[in-house]
Amino acid sequence: MTETKNPTKGSNWSYAPSPESSDHFKLKDQYGLFIGGKFVPAASGKRFATINPATEKVLAHVADAGEKDVDKAVRAARTAYEKIWRKMSGRERGKYLYRIARIIQERARELAVVESMDGGKPIRESRDVDVPLAAAHFFYHAGWADKLPYAFPGKAVRPIGVAGQIIPWNFPLLMVAWKVAPALACGNTVVLKPAETTPLTALLFAEICQEAGLPEGVFNCITGAGATGAALVNHSGLDKIAFTGSTEVGKAIQKSLAARPTKLTLELGGKAANIIFEDAAIDQAVEGIVNGIFFNQGHVCCAGSRLLVQESVEKEVVAKLKARMAHLIVGDPLDKNTDIGAINSKAQCDRIQDYIKVGQEEGAELFQTNCPIPDKGYFIRPSFFTKVAQSHRIVQEEIFGPVLAIQSFRTLNEALEKANNTPYGLSGGVWTDKGAKIFKVTRGIKAGVIWANTFNKFDPASPFGGYKESGYGREGGRHGLRPYVELS
Amino acid sequence: MSRNGTSANNGRLDVRKTYKMLIGGAFVRSESGRALDVEAPGGKWLGHVCRASRKDFRNSVVAARKAADSWAGTSAYLKGQILYRAAEMLEGRASGFREVLQSIGLSSAAAKAEVSAAVDLLVYYAGWSDKYLQIFGSVNPVSSPHFNFSVTEPMGVVAYVAGERRPLLDLVSGIAPIVVGGNAVITLSTGRSAVAAMELGEVLATSDIPHGVINLLCGLREELVGQMSSHMDVNALVVQGGDEKEHTASREACALNLKRYFLRDQGVKSDEDPYRILDTVEIKTTWHPVGG
Amino acid sequence: MSLSDTLTMPLDLRPHPVDEVGIRERVARLATRSIKKSSKIEGLKLALSMVDLTTLEGADTPGKVRQLCTKAIHLHSGRDDLPMVAAVCVYPTMVRIARESLQGTPIQVAAVATAFPSGMNPLDVKLEDTRFAVGEGAHEIDMVISRGDFLRGEYERVADEIRQVKDACGKAHLKVILETGELGTLDRVRLASDIAMQAGADFIKTSTGKIQPAATPEVVLVMLQAIDDYYRKTGKRIGMKPAGGIANAKAALNLLIMVREILGPAWLTPDLFRIGASKLPNDMLMQLEKERTGVYQGQDYFSND
Repeated sequence: MTETKNPTKGSNWSYAPSPESSDHFKLKDQYGLFIGGKFVPAASGKRFATINPATEKVLAHVADAGEKDVDKAVRAARTAYEKIWRKMSGRERGKYLYRIARIIQERARELAVVESMDGGKPIRESRDVDVPLAAAHFFYHAGWADKLPYAFPGKAVRPIGVAGQIIPWNFPLLMVAWKVAPALACGNTVVLKPAETTPLTALLFAEICQEAGLPEGVFNCITGAGATGAALVNHSGLDKIAFTGSTEVGKAIQKSLAARPTKLTLELGGKAANIIFEDAAIDQAVEGIVNGIFFNQGHVCCAGSRLLVQESVEKEVVAKLKARMAHLIVGDPLDKNTDIGAINSKAQCDRIQDYIKVGQEEGAELFQTNCPIPDKGYFIRPSFFTKVAQSHRIVQEEIFGPVLAIQSFRTLNEALEKANNTPYGLSGGVWTDKGAKIFKVTRGIKAGVIWANTFNKFDPASPFGGYKESGYGREGGRHGLRPYVELS
Repeated sequence: MSRNGTSANNGRLDVRKTYKMLIGGAFVRSESGRALDVEAPGGKWLGHVCRASRKDFRNSVVAARKAADSWAGTSAYLKGQILYRAAEMLEGRASGFREVLQSIGLSSAAAKAEVSAAVDLLVYYAGWSDKYLQIFGSVNPVSSPHFNFSVTEPMGVVAYVAGERRPLLDLVSGIAPIVVGGNAVITLSTGRSAVAAMELGEVLATSDIPHGVINLLCGLREELVGQMSSHMDVNALVVQGGDEKEHTASREACALNLKRYFLRDQGVKSDEDPYRILDTVEIKTTWHPVGG
Repeated sequence: MSLSDTLTMPLDLRPHPVDEVGIRERVARLATRSIKKSSKIEGLKLALSMVDLTTLEGADTPGKVRQLCTKAIHLHSGRDDLPMVAAVCVYPTMVRIARESLQGTPIQVAAVATAFPSGMNPLDVKLEDTRFAVGEGAHEIDMVISRGDFLRGEYERVADEIRQVKDACGKAHLKVILETGELGTLDRVRLASDIAMQAGADFIKTSTGKIQPAATPEVVLVMLQAIDDYYRKTGKRIGMKPAGGIANAKAALNLLIMVREILGPAWLTPDLFRIGASKLPNDMLMQLEKERTGVYQGQDYFSND
């Protein structure tokens, strides 16, 4: 308890638990596949459990789609494409997307809570970032549906056809929106496979499609793990594959599509450098580091996982970063005060712990905060490494967790050289108060999204996607329409 | 290719030209010392061209990589002028080029049309240099207090395999959009087209194009395409012609470093298409806060 | 570092750039902290103990000041679990009345001085103003900086004036009001904070309450970060006093959250953090009563002194 009557020394006042309520909706025990506008069981009858990574308790069982189900879903999407969606005017298509945007807004809190329960992310983020952005993506793309010729001057625009879309577990609903909204706006139909650890919001999204009256088969959702994804990729009835996930799987998909005309876009891994110059607004830069690597437990492909800090301010930045990290609360994703929620799965948690071990074995110095963490569930304290070398694995490889590698640099050119010394090229950050330097560095970083004096910002109007081994194609903005149209 | 005109005037023997590849601004023979015969459609021997080796290709990649950053940073105005200069040089050598094209089998009318089209195409893409960003870039109205814009940036080093249908035009129509997009390029010409490519090298060498920005190889498709698709320091591969087997193998090899792969339709109505520039550029989006 | 060191060191005017959007985002994120149940009760009590209960009207009379002092001691009838406020803040002519009214309590008497609120008087008049208030018994002096001098870049003059007022304060604590609403940008708020601390301020304070905007969360955050940097550099803890426009209990709790997360628990004491306010305590009291009784409160049940 704190000293309340005229305290004379600093109070240890802190925050009591503040859990978001989840009594305003009820999850079903079981969810089927969403094919042709209806929820249906898998042909094999198989199901798998999706758990809450914060409690390790089962939330629901979902159908495990096999080849037959994939085929059925692709056929449903093809029929909907040929008979309805491709013939529908852009204006009418757009109106469906507007409806979807509105229903997402109406069911916002339910979606946020389920997202946090199924994936482990803090409610503060699912409520303030994931769900509002998902709605915004549909609203934005709805307006494009009847204006596509203006996006591609001098060209005739046609849809591609049936798109197979595979999305990861780090932003389950937001990735549904990133994939489905532009595909539908451009006149394509979709078979979506959400990640096996986070299928629930995609299934709620299927309900939303029903509520919106979206014609049957325009959106189909098949749940399952890697085998289901492989069955989708290998289905010859698709005109287009869009994949977000690891670079390794992305390369495998490109290989397996080599002999087919199926179009492909890939949004893959990253190892972004966040570059802090001595003339930066240091306190905001420190906040940018925190947003860069600890947002969504570090499960972010564009995370600022490499901090490059100018040597003259290295000590100050590291000291302030430690002080800032001391206030990061790790724990119950549904608590409104939680900053860092649960790691998405046991497998991912193990992988991150392995990297932490590897970093130490390589000779880097580990810092972790000493905040309390729950006994159950998968949690990792915010961490960073100093004394790291460019050749260390923790500098080269994507950890996909709340683990930052800190390196120092002396000159602008050295910073750029280090920043670009990676096969990835998804994102980058730069912090300086000098305008001319901002433009020099933002130009110099070879990556698709550059945040200057900010980090990890997303908007439906802003194209997102990588250079080099971070994939190809863009999502969002006018450029994000290109992967879903044929031009002639 | 008027080199085998032994029926010299007044008994004077012609001085033949040795065709060399253009790598890093230097005219070189293949390091392998190998050559290929070039024959006219009737089977008549016309002379030799180089048979580029894998090492020649690797050397070209080094030269291209070295030139890429500086070319990418060259102003759009200057890039446009340099491409226009190439058009001027080609126009100035139009009659020679027509002869070369005729020697490898084109009719007089076709040769004339192709050279004219190549000149005009260079002028066309030169004009795009300081405009395509205005068409393909954007300022994005994000809902937070940030200024957000997307620009095009060159991919870096692009390999291009030219078809053989139009010896000069297939090459120029590939090079121009790649280079105007700020990339360095390594091209492969095969068969009789190699002669046109090597002639074009002499035009480009006098067009103020920085060394290494355009590298012209000739050789065997089956020997080199696999190198182009698998090389880890090549950012994109653009291909005309080839068979399905090659395309499949290329796509597979491109997955090694997620090289962008584009198969150019040879039957297109027009080579004038700014969207070709878009193929070999990346879109970069930058955010910055708007505050006081 | 001794006081005399502080007074003789050359001013360090190196810029500490502040990004306005970054500050706004940080403020917004801090505001998402959810303060419920026990931490709400504890926080409100803590905040009440940090209030500088203020009356700064031309119409102030001894009677008004005595009423205010009564409230300062007994915030709400029937609740003896509440703290007293930290201080009562008045004009210099009211200091004596306040001292008498608060006799026997730990409540401090603060006086605004240096030609408050504009500061548009000659330095010797400001120094005399200060000496008068201290002579009347003020424990604390809330001075205003010369914004005119600051805005035209006369930073040494601004600092020198603070040094001289500090000297005139003797043992009284000095709070330096930046009047951030007149400074224009957060960069200038930061610079003014740096100058005030180097020149000898014990506290830095946002506003007089006479100018809008006053203690915006953005301004408070920038000043807290300046205090943090000064502490990291010198080891000296400077106090912070937001004043003006702090409308309700939620805003007060947000201030505590900021202090806690930027400066740490060491600053969560009235010795280092004050909230300048006149109406604010009643809203906090209403919240406390709501927590105690479970029903939402009405203004008629809380005394306006």
